[in-house]
Amino acid sequence: MSHSFKQDCSRAPTSLRVQKINSPTLQVAVTVHIDDREIEVPVGTTILEAARQVGIHIPTLCFHEDLCVAGVCRICVVEVEGHRNLEAACAYPITAPITVRTHTRKVRMARRHILDLMLSEHYGECYACFRNNNCELQALAQEYGVDFFRFGHPEKPRYEIDRSSHSVIRDMDKCILCRRCVRTCIDLQEVGVLEVDKRSNQSKIITFGDKPLGDVICINCGQCINRCPTGALRANDPTDEVWAAIDDPSKHVVIQTAPSPRAGIGECFGLEPGVPLTFEMNTALKECGFDKVFDTNFAADLTIIEEGTELLLRLHKALVEQDAAPALPQFTSCSPGWVKYLEHFYPEYIPNLSSAKSPQQMFGSVIKTYYAQLNDIDPQDIVTVALMPCSAKKFECNRPEMCDSGFKDIDYGLTTRELAQMISEAGIDLPAMPKSDFDDPFGTATGSGVIFGATGGVMEAALRSVIELVCGIKVEDLFEHADIIPVRGFEGIRFMELPIKKTGPVPELLAGLVDDWTWLEGATLKVAVAHGTANAKKVMDDIKAGGRCSECHFIEFMACPGGCLGGGGQPIPTSPAIREARAKAIYAEDAAYEIRKSHENPAITKIYGEFLTDGPGGLLSHKLLHTQYTPRGKYIV
Amino acid sequence: MKTTDTSKMTFAQVESQRGLESALKMQPDEVRRTIADSGLKGRGGAGFPTSTKWNFAAETVGDLKYVVCNADEGEPGTFKDRVILTDFSDLVFEGMTIGGHAIGASKGIVYLRGEYTYLRQLLEGKLEERRRTGLLGKNVLGTSGFDFDIEIRMGAGAYVCGEETALIESLEGQRGEPRNRPPFPVNTGFMGRPTIVNNVETFAWVTCILVKGSKWFEKIGTETSHGLKLFSVSGDCRASGVFEFPLGITIKELLKKVGGENAKAVQVGGAAGHCVPASEFGRAIAFEDLSTGGSIIVFGPGRDMLHVAQNFMEFFKDESCGQCTPCREGNARLLEGIEMLEQGNCSMKYLRDLCRLGETMQLASKCGLGQSSPNAFLSIVEHFKDEIMGRIPAAC
Repeated sequence: MSHSFKQDCSRAPTSLRVQKINSPTLQVAVTVHIDDREIEVPVGTTILEAARQVGIHIPTLCFHEDLCVAGVCRICVVEVEGHRNLEAACAYPITAPITVRTHTRKVRMARRHILDLMLSEHYGECYACFRNNNCELQALAQEYGVDFFRFGHPEKPRYEIDRSSHSVIRDMDKCILCRRCVRTCIDLQEVGVLEVDKRSNQSKIITFGDKPLGDVICINCGQCINRCPTGALRANDPTDEVWAAIDDPSKHVVIQTAPSPRAGIGECFGLEPGVPLTFEMNTALKECGFDKVFDTNFAADLTIIEEGTELLLRLHKALVEQDAAPALPQFTSCSPGWVKYLEHFYPEYIPNLSSAKSPQQMFGSVIKTYYAQLNDIDPQDIVTVALMPCSAKKFECNRPEMCDSGFKDIDYGLTTRELAQMISEAGIDLPAMPKSDFDDPFGTATGSGVIFGATGGVMEAALRSVIELVCGIKVEDLFEHADIIPVRGFEGIRFMELPIKKTGPVPELLAGLVDDWTWLEGATLKVAVAHGTANAKKVMDDIKAGGRCSECHFIEFMACPGGCLGGGGQPIPTSPAIREARAKAIYAEDAAYEIRKSHENPAITKIYGEFLTDGPGGLLSHKLLHTQYTPRGKYIV
Repeated sequence: MKTTDTSKMTFAQVESQRGLESALKMQPDEVRRTIADSGLKGRGGAGFPTSTKWNFAAETVGDLKYVVCNADEGEPGTFKDRVILTDFSDLVFEGMTIGGHAIGASKGIVYLRGEYTYLRQLLEGKLEERRRTGLLGKNVLGTSGFDFDIEIRMGAGAYVCGEETALIESLEGQRGEPRNRPPFPVNTGFMGRPTIVNNVETFAWVTCILVKGSKWFEKIGTETSHGLKLFSVSGDCRASGVFEFPLGITIKELLKKVGGENAKAVQVGGAAGHCVPASEFGRAIAFEDLSTGGSIIVFGPGRDMLHVAQNFMEFFKDESCGQCTPCREGNARLLEGIEMLEQGNCSMKYLRDLCRLGETMQLASKCGLGQSSPNAFLSIVEHFKDEIMGRIPAAC
């Protein structure tokens, strides 16, 4: 029999490096003794997995549930009877009955030494670090009672802090070389910006040619930040500037909040993952001093209308106008990490990318135009802040083309973690806050906007609207509670087909676009969803090869595993279970909304009625709500 | 510089092609049994039984298998593989071919140390010659169904690539860093296929055993360390060079043969080995006592043992791949400790801490490099404490 397991990698993607144990004599299951407990496990189970199953704690550091095994930090060493050396519990697959001891003298000595050694190269003071109280190295030092630096402690920094990126800051003096970031970038995301350079204690995690992060092909997804055990990686934090704007009485500071931070921020205040604090946060933001709190979901609904219109026009081109190259499938463009990934790795597919801006940026241009006019505020005095689960949004708002309002559409992108810091600095106990609503004129949006936070959410929101606007039927007629289950979940790539049997009348909102939908009758709408750029790569390669994905009409891509709820600006740590809990919170919030379809949002009808009067895809919306992209390629100067 | 006379070595008396001929007359399992009967253990230093390794690889299911010759001879003080490759490469290639037959592999790779690039042309010529004479290629020596060829791949100068899984990583084009084991290369090796990685010398002895019989080999040596072994002898002795001795030879006997009788210590097994003081020269060089890949460095009475330790630790501090914490940081701390000793400001307590750290490195490092790098430091501290403690810093 044979047994495969994820194992050891230094450079190649895990997908290429699944190792096999192949032997005619292998058993299916083996019995293991760990300390005083006995457990039967399938062959190939690691000691760490077996220990966790029987509730025995083994410390880990380089191990991460989302990543392939490295076995490099050695903090998880245990004694295996009959073995001369200690074994790394995370990397040792059990293939025969063994007896394991997890806290013998040798084990305790080795772990303590390993910590001492890490601290002997770890520059910095805990109280001057953003990971204070949320640092895995610090927690282990506490767990093992480290009360002095046995092998010394660096007195001065070795490296310059790399602040070149709009999104990710790297402080290699705090790096303990666990290589989670390398594995995240290479294996999880298949971007491959980070790599180990040099040997021995001269080792350092570098970019290609040790260039500044801002100059290389980093997509800013920030997944490395979420998996860094220390403060070596963090997001580029604009809270000082945001406070300064709040403190400046001449500035009108508005903040929009995305759905994912609301589902995650509770974790920063000691709550279990999956407790949404949407309305408590509204109150807290006002207390912090923001003048208005808006719901990004309004802009998400706007995105659905714009992006959906674009899709229908592309389909019309293909089916009616017989355009040979209608740039299908259309790709979503709301994930700025994905957009930059495409610009670097598949620039020839830029025409497929929806020209619709992301909700964050749409909202920025709407606030500095429509909202400014409505309230008679000089847009020059408006400061727009976006609360996002995302580090790439910081890069996005700094893209030079994102100034369609005549000003910088979004001034600052704030992550969930950074807002939690602001709230705590203001002395506010977030979970205890009374609830309050979002501000007008955008109000509380729809459930469709909320689910943008989860992978498949954009697709589900789009389908809800397409079904109703094109087929003239209720989503509920096809899917119970309008929950489009096939596009939900965490499988890397998901497909769905929707046969369009009959069509309805063209609704008023889209009246200028086409005369009728009959040309869509009998067609089958094929869509796909991918999350994490490793999966995006699979989809893109499949499109290139003319596979199943190339037959799709519309594909949702999210750069981060799990979608925005697993974004690089979300609370640390992250794991599949945490992301699942956040997703549950998001879908529960969606279910609780009275209005759950983007096109039914009264604020949407209103903005097309009184501001974007030439309708979805019209001239003004093209000026304000759409954008263009930059073919960047993989080669850097 | 002393040159090595190889004409009297066993290798010089073994006729090429005869070993392969006799192996091809046997079934693969018979070949493996012959090797098992001879008691041959790996000549690279670890001393793993060759037949056991080959049996694992033979039993593993796999459409493709590989025979890799580890010619990344990088242990300080070791140069016997260079001599073997220069004078007896046919025996090595033949041993690899026998290995291919024994485990069912059709492809061999020689991973040649970067510094030995000058040998490549010679070796390629030998391989070409073997192809021409039917000793490599399709149906080796007319044996239908047994195809075997050998390719030479160059290392790039990293000591750690002598570790078999790092070597395989390097062969695959990755950064040369050891893998987690298990799975072992015999199960999941080069390109995920069952792979045997053996030392240059091991393959040469395989050929000799197939020619001269397993009994001949088994009779030489001690009860658990059989056969002959090449030693690279250097340092403070009259006759440095490569010598052939039976395993089990004591240090005293060896020193007599190379003219190093007045040595105060001998480093057995290179930088990763042990530093043996004169009081223990009665110990045997054998897998059960002092194991070595062949490096013997003789230290005369005038040598400063702290400088010896410093030299070794500088080497490891540079050569650690940097992957695992104990080796990456541990070697650096030990070297700093030596510098403190040099300055006379290392307390007894700190020295004890460093020795315990050395123990942790031996226990918890990911591969053989980190597991053996503190050996020299620990044995010098143990045997030469008086010499290395209490120094007064030189006036500047």
